[in-house]
Amino acid sequence: MTYFILQFLNGLQIGAIYALVALGYTMVYGIIKLINFAHGEIMMTAAYFIYFFMTLLDLPYFLAVILAIVFSVVLGVLIERIAYRRLRNASRLSALITAIAVSLFLQTLYAILFTPDPRAFPLTASSFPVLEIGEITLSSWTLITIVVAVIVMILLQLFVTRHKAGKAMLVVSEDLKGAYLMGIKVDRIVSMTFAIGSALAAIAAALYIVSYPQITPYMGALPGIKAFIAAVLGGIGLIPGAMLGGFLLGLVETMTRAYIPSSVAQLSEGIVFVILILVLLLKPAGLLGKSEREKV
Amino acid sequence: MPKTKVKSYGINLAIAAVVYLIIHMIFSNGMVSRTFVDLFTLCTIFSIAAVSLNLSTGLLGELCLGHAGFMSVGAYTSALITLSIDSPGNTPILFVSLIAGGLTAALSGIVVGIPAFRLRGDYLAITTLAFGEIVKVVMRSMKITGGGQPLTGISLDTTYTMGYWVLIITIIIIYTLIRSSHGRAILSIREDDIASEACGVAVTRYKLIAFSLSAFFAGVAGGLYAHYQGVLEPSFFDYNQSISFMVMVVLGGIGSLTGSVISAFFLTLLPEILRGLAVYRTLIYSTVLILLMLYRPEGLLGQKEISQRFFGNIFRRVREGPPPSSGVGGSSVIPQENIPVSGSAERNGDSTLRERTGTSSGTPEEPLERKWKGRR
Repeated sequence: MTYFILQFLNGLQIGAIYALVALGYTMVYGIIKLINFAHGEIMMTAAYFIYFFMTLLDLPYFLAVILAIVFSVVLGVLIERIAYRRLRNASRLSALITAIAVSLFLQTLYAILFTPDPRAFPLTASSFPVLEIGEITLSSWTLITIVVAVIVMILLQLFVTRHKAGKAMLVVSEDLKGAYLMGIKVDRIVSMTFAIGSALAAIAAALYIVSYPQITPYMGALPGIKAFIAAVLGGIGLIPGAMLGGFLLGLVETMTRAYIPSSVAQLSEGIVFVILILVLLLKPAGLLGKSEREKV
Repeated sequence: MPKTKVKSYGINLAIAAVVYLIIHMIFSNGMVSRTFVDLFTLCTIFSIAAVSLNLSTGLLGELCLGHAGFMSVGAYTSALITLSIDSPGNTPILFVSLIAGGLTAALSGIVVGIPAFRLRGDYLAITTLAFGEIVKVVMRSMKITGGGQPLTGISLDTTYTMGYWVLIITIIIIYTLIRSSHGRAILSIREDDIASEACGVAVTRYKLIAFSLSAFFAGVAGGLYAHYQGVLEPSFFDYNQSISFMVMVVLGGIGSLTGSVISAFFLTLLPEILRGLAVYRTLIYSTVLILLMLYRPEGLLGQKEISQRFFGNIFRRVREGPPPSSGVGGSSVIPQENIPVSGSAERNGDSTLRERTGTSSGTPEEPLERKWKGRR
C-alpha cells in the first residue's frame, strides 16, 4: 500500500509537469489551431537558461528560474512573430511544417552551441529534506512540484476567468473572426498566449530538471510529445482538460512502469502512444470535450 | 485513353528506359566507383519513400510524421521473409517479399488511419508520430526482429536496376492514380474536404486509400533498404528520418512527384559531397524548411512535373518568347496535360484556389476572410 501511495505521488509529480506543458499546447491550439511542435524546445531552452544562470552567474535557483521565465517568454513571442504570424492565413500544412522546422532548428542549434552531451544539473531532488509520513518516505521536492504546479494552474484559471485579457483569450479561441470584429486586438492576444505558454513551459522545466537532473538539447522532445498527448486526452483547446490530461497521463505512465513486469518493460514506453490512439478511437474530443459537428 | 496521353506516357517511359541504359552503361563499365553505385541505389530507395510521402502529404494534404515507421514495418517483413526462405540472389522471391512488406505497411497504415481520419484537423500528424515511436519500441522488444539487437544476415540483393525500376513503377502508379477520377477526389479533399464531402466524395474512404497506398510504397522502399543495407536497426527508422523525407517532399514541391525524386537525390548526395558540413546538416534543413514555408510554401517545383512536356514547353517558350504575364494567359502556352491537376487555378498556387473555393462572401468581408481563411 505504501508502495502504491508513493507511486501515486510520483505520478502526480510528473503529471503536474506534463500538465504545465500541456497548457501551453492547448492554449495555442485553442487560439490559432496549430500544434506548436516547438513548445517542448522552449522547455529545453528554459532548462539551459536556468543551468547557465546558476553555473556561470552563480545565481540562486529561484532567481535563475525567474530570469529563465523572462527569457523563455521573449523566445516564445519571437518564434510566433517571426515564423508563425505570417503563416496564419496559409494552409495548415505549411504552419505545421514550420512548427516542426522551428523545433528541429532549436534542437540542432543547441546541439551545435552546447554539444549534445548531457550536462548535470547542480541541484537535485536529493538536496531537499526527506519527509517521513507514517511509513512513506519521500523527497519534499515531490510535494513542492505538485503544490507549485497546482498554484500556477489556479492563478492561470483565475486570470482566464476574471481578468479582461484572459477573457479576451477565451473569446479569441471561441471565434477568432468574431473577436476581431468585436475590436479585440487578436495579434496581441496571440502573442500573449505564446508568452503565457512559454512561461508555463519554463516553470515546468524548472521543476523537471531538479527531478531529472540531465540537460540535453533533445530533452524537450519526449515530454513535449507526451504533454501534447495529455492535451488531446483532456480535450484539446480546453484549459481544465490539459490539467486533467496531464495528471492522468503522469499517473498512468508511472503506474505501468511500477507494476508491469520488467520483461515487457520496453513496451511500457509506448503506453502513452497507445493511450493516444485509444482516445482518438473512443472519445476523439477528449475527456472533457464535447464533440461538435463542424460548421461550414 | 486519349491518343495524346498514350503518346505522352510512351515518350516518358522511353526517356526512362534511355536514362536507365545510360546509367547501366556507366555503372557496368566500372566508370564510377562501387561507392557511387551504392549511393545511387540508396538515392532511388529514398526517392521511393519521398514520392510515396508526397502522395499522403502533397496530394492528400495530410501531414505524416511516421513515414519511416511504415518503412520499418516493410523492411522487417521483407527481410524476415527472405531470411526464412534463405535464397540469396533470387529476384522473384525478393519481389514477393517486397510486396509483402508493402502490404503489411499498408495494413498498419489502415490501422493508424482509421482512428485518425475520424477527425478533422492535425490528428494524423500526431498519430503517425506516435506510430513511429510504437514501431521502434515493438521492433526492439520482439524476439523475431532481433530483440534489441540489429537484424543481420539479410542478403544484399537490391541493385541499382531494382531500385531504379521500382522507383519508375511507383511514379507511374501514383501519377496515373492522381490523374484518374479517384485521384481527383483525393486532390479535392486536399483543397477543401468539407466542399468535396458536399459534392459526394467519400472523404474518409479516399483518405484511407491514399494514405495506405502511401504506406504501401514506404513499405516497399523499406524492403529495398533492408536488402540494400543487409542490417536492420529499429533506431534508423526514427523521427528524424521521417522528417528528412518530409524535407525532401517540401523542397521538391508539395505535389510534384519528380520534384521529390530530384530533391531526394540532391539531399542524399549533398552530405556525401560536403562531409565537413555534416554537423550543420539538420540546422540547414530546418532553416531551409522555415524559409521555404515563409516565402515559397509550395516548394521549389510547386506542382510541376519534369516530363517531356515540361522541356517541350521551355523550348516552345524560348522560341515564341515569354507568355503574357497577366492573368492566366499562360494556359494557352502550357497544355493542360502538363500538370496532374487540371485547370489553370492551381498554377497560381494554392492560395488563389482556396480563395475561389473558400467561404468568402461579399466584398466588405474580403480582407478579413483573406486573413483568417483556411483555418478550420
